[in-house]
Amino acid sequence: MSQHVLRRERAREGSPWTGMWAVVAKEMADNLTSARMHILELLIALTAVGAVYGAIQEIMNTISEDRFLFLKLFTEGRLPMPAFLEFLGFLVPLLAIAMSFDAINGEFNRRTMSRILAQPIYRDALLFGKFLAHLFTLALVLTAIWLLIIGLGIVRLGLPPSGEEMARLLWFLLATIFYGGIWLALAMVLSIEFRQPATAALSAIAVWLFFAVFWKMIANVLAPVISPVRYGFPEEQLRLVQTQLFLWRLSPNTLYGEIAMALLRPEIRVMGFISPVQLSGAILGTPLPLSQSLLLVWPQMTGLVAATILLFALGYVLFQRQEIRA
Amino acid sequence: MAEEYVIETRGLTKEYDGTVAVRDLNLRVRKGEVFGVLGPNGSGKTTTILMLLGLTDPTAGEMRVLGFDPMRQPLSVKARVGYLPDQVGFYDELTARENLIYIAKLNGIPRKEAYRRIDEALAQMGLADVADRPVATFSRGMRQRLGLAEILIKRPQLVILDEPTQGLDPQAAREFLDIIRDLRSHGISVLLASHLLYQVQAVCDRVGLFHKGRMVLEGTVQELARQILGGGYRVQVEAEGPREILLQALRKVPDTLSVQPVNGRVYELLAQRDVRPEAAQAVVQAGGKLLSLMLEEPNLEEIYARYFQEVEHESARAAA
Ligand SMILES: Nc1ncnc2c1ncn2[C@@H]1O[C@H](COP(=O)(O)OP(=O)(O)OP(=O)(O)O)[C@@H](O)[C@H]1O
Ligand SMILES: [Mg+2]
Repeated sequence: MSQHVLRRERAREGSPWTGMWAVVAKEMADNLTSARMHILELLIALTAVGAVYGAIQEIMNTISEDRFLFLKLFTEGRLPMPAFLEFLGFLVPLLAIAMSFDAINGEFNRRTMSRILAQPIYRDALLFGKFLAHLFTLALVLTAIWLLIIGLGIVRLGLPPSGEEMARLLWFLLATIFYGGIWLALAMVLSIEFRQPATAALSAIAVWLFFAVFWKMIANVLAPVISPVRYGFPEEQLRLVQTQLFLWRLSPNTLYGEIAMALLRPEIRVMGFISPVQLSGAILGTPLPLSQSLLLVWPQMTGLVAATILLFALGYVLFQRQEIRA
Repeated sequence: MAEEYVIETRGLTKEYDGTVAVRDLNLRVRKGEVFGVLGPNGSGKTTTILMLLGLTDPTAGEMRVLGFDPMRQPLSVKARVGYLPDQVGFYDELTARENLIYIAKLNGIPRKEAYRRIDEALAQMGLADVADRPVATFSRGMRQRLGLAEILIKRPQLVILDEPTQGLDPQAAREFLDIIRDLRSHGISVLLASHLLYQVQAVCDRVGLFHKGRMVLEGTVQELARQILGGGYRVQVEAEGPREILLQALRKVPDTLSVQPVNGRVYELLAQRDVRPEAAQAVVQAGGKLLSLMLEEPNLEEIYARYFQEVEHESARAAA
């Protein structure tokens, strides 16, 4: 049998990005006009307003001499309303999954796939175009919410944010978009793997639930198995905590939580040894400059982006191999 | 490979783990012709088309479409070939025009030119009035025509249609055939896969019959008729006169394979070509009175049925 099978090794004609911007434009238009997205955007906006009002009241009540009031808009909650940051932890994945769970299988189910791929484009353009469009949409929605919150803050607190605050908030926005990116990539992979959009959506939500709710519990059970404390030496204790932390950080939720904490609470000087929830206890003295806070969570940022790229690459390989016949 | 062929494959083979969908296919479609692809369900027609468009990789073999290799130059091929899949779908929430605009953008057609071509194509397909209605409201026939409009805006050199008339009413199907003829008159080559043999015979210059992944027959309908039916032309002669004499005279008509008396004054000749003039002459020379002559041309349905009858016989014999 002849060796034409080795087609992937051969050079392909033209650019893999031919037609990508057409896909981006179409997908963004779809996203921005779909009822599904409007409902979610409304939900997020309402949550933001509610949570930020709570935060503002809390800030007003404590009348502290804080340099970083605007950052508190995101981290302060007023019981029973949690801080907006916590809402973001699950609203962003929800938004991302809602956009991407039927990205590829939807084209198959509508029988548009073979028609689209019969145009002079590569599959790369379709997949990457969709991912980019969804990422841009996410960025657009999140930026709008950011502006809304900062606007509310300016009106209610009666002062503009400082340059340092704006810089931190921008980095936080960027990190939140990256956090969304990982869920976009996951939902995309599932939309390639499963022909039924409902199956893809449910599995994406299952993965999210797993990391949001169960992973820490599982990690806490696993850690002593991996690094047992036999004699109670401090080194053993340390290793146990390190193992636990390592396991936690396999979850995007933990990574995002740590990044958010470092960016929104300049006082935080260490990431580790103590869980982010207990971090307020570790506050020592003066706040860090932004560059130092960034340095602190640079590995987490890189981790988020790397995981996104890995997931996307997996989706890419799966999609290239797929038979396009419905 | 030669320029006169728009499609040329050599030893094209596609295996899906275990099953062979297309086996050692040597297909040649000439420039400007309408080529019909026939064959039972699962005989490899759609798989062949997908390979020609570079949408699925062959396991082995070589091919050229419009002189390009679909595996290495898929963009060049897909920019010049219009494809109507067997199940056409559109974005239901978008209008017909918006659907076409997306396709035009994917083809990199400049905006102004694209709008002009879209208006033209929609008008040509009789969709001008519904151009701004969401496709969700379209009937099956309208979608099919929108699929053709999409092909037209690419200005293709070759059009590949996979069962384009399935589910169309007779009137719409006839219009579809007219469109195919129109394409050919503009010098566009067409590859048409279909199960509707009558339609294939009506528009195709040549046909290929697929069976279990192989192309088992290929040629014009006349050629296939000669090969399978041993002729295929039926001439019915109605004549008055002594039966035995007439029968003898008709048997001597050149290129005639058999003569059967049908009833009273009717005789049926099976011939390799249209032998009406010779038959008329024979009747008159034998002293008979010629009342009527009727020609039945070779029929693809018959060829198809006969071929698969023989295949069945042979496999039954092989089993016994
Ligand atoms: N993805 C796949 N995996 C395994 N087998 C496949 C796959 N796609 C097609 N086949 C097989 O390949 C063979 C040829 O299928 P193909 O669709 O080309 O037939 P067809 O001639 O177009 O049939 P139809 O007239 O029903 O459209 C069939 O036996 C089919 O089962
Ligand atoms: Mg088919």
